Amino acid sequence: MELSLRDIVTMVHGMGFGVLFLLAFSGAIGVIYATAAAGERWAATSGHIKMFRFYLITMTGLAWLTVLSGTYLVYPWYRAKPPAGTTDLTGYPQRLLLSKPLTAGWHSFGMEWKEHVSWLTPIAMTMVAYVFITYGPQIARHKQMRNAVLGFTAAAFFATAVAGGFGAILDARAPVQGGSVVVLAGPK
Amino acid sequence: MTQPTPADPYDSTDLPTGPGAAAILAAGVGAMAVGLLSFAVDVMPGLKTAFAVWKASGPLSGVSSLAVIVWLAAWLVLHSIWRRRNVGMSRVNAAAFVMLAAGLLLTFPPFVDLLQGK
Repeated sequence: MELSLRDIVTMVHGMGFGVLFLLAFSGAIGVIYATAAAGERWAATSGHIKMFRFYLITMTGLAWLTVLSGTYLVYPWYRAKPPAGTTDLTGYPQRLLLSKPLTAGWHSFGMEWKEHVSWLTPIAMTMVAYVFITYGPQIARHKQMRNAVLGFTAAAFFATAVAGGFGAILDARAPVQGGSVVVLAGPK
Repeated sequence: MTQPTPADPYDSTDLPTGPGAAAILAAGVGAMAVGLLSFAVDVMPGLKTAFAVWKASGPLSGVSSLAVIVWLAAWLVLHSIWRRRNVGMSRVNAAAFVMLAAGLLLTFPPFVDLLQGK
């Protein structure tokens, strides 16, 4: 049982940072919606506010780690150009997808959309975290601000879902693999 | 049942809406920058080399880096102007959401193709 370095990094990017971030969305949307629903009657303890600040900072950190690891670690392996005359495109996912008309769309539609839309997420979540941390319980008194925070959080969720969904499909169709091999378990 | 205690000490002082408005509008600017820059690279293939600030990642490195710079610059400028003011949030939200929608649309390949008449 073995994994290549690229397998591991891609897994950390997608299943580590990305999925953890997606899982955290329900909690964030829940609390933001609670402030919107309760309005000025929203009452939270100091402990709850501190916890939610920590939660949002962690989410924002995960969002940045996901796009940075995707753009600067996984994407270069994905778009690597094979040397002239290469017939086995296994280690060149982008070229592998583009080599067949039935899979080319996964790159020209899926990856093209994913690579750009995912950058909206850390920008949106940094704003959301900043507004919540700056205003704390006062956010309950600013309906318009809450609406903006909720709207951008929903947009970030959408962007992450698009990126994550296509990421999973792309990795199934043309996995990013190669590099040094890590043996997890030897033959029995 | 215990009642929630008053939250943070600074809750007693109302903050102006300016800092929040600056962050929200700047996020809209950042989202639109991502869309506009990716669209520009798609429409003008000559930009691909210029935007490949890190060759291994190609134009995506330039598009994302420049969008982040535009977003942070917009935030810095807006924050310095609005930090002590109360700003009308309706207009800020409208502008931010329009830019967010534009950013989302301009990253959607079929919409980009439509704009180019493909």
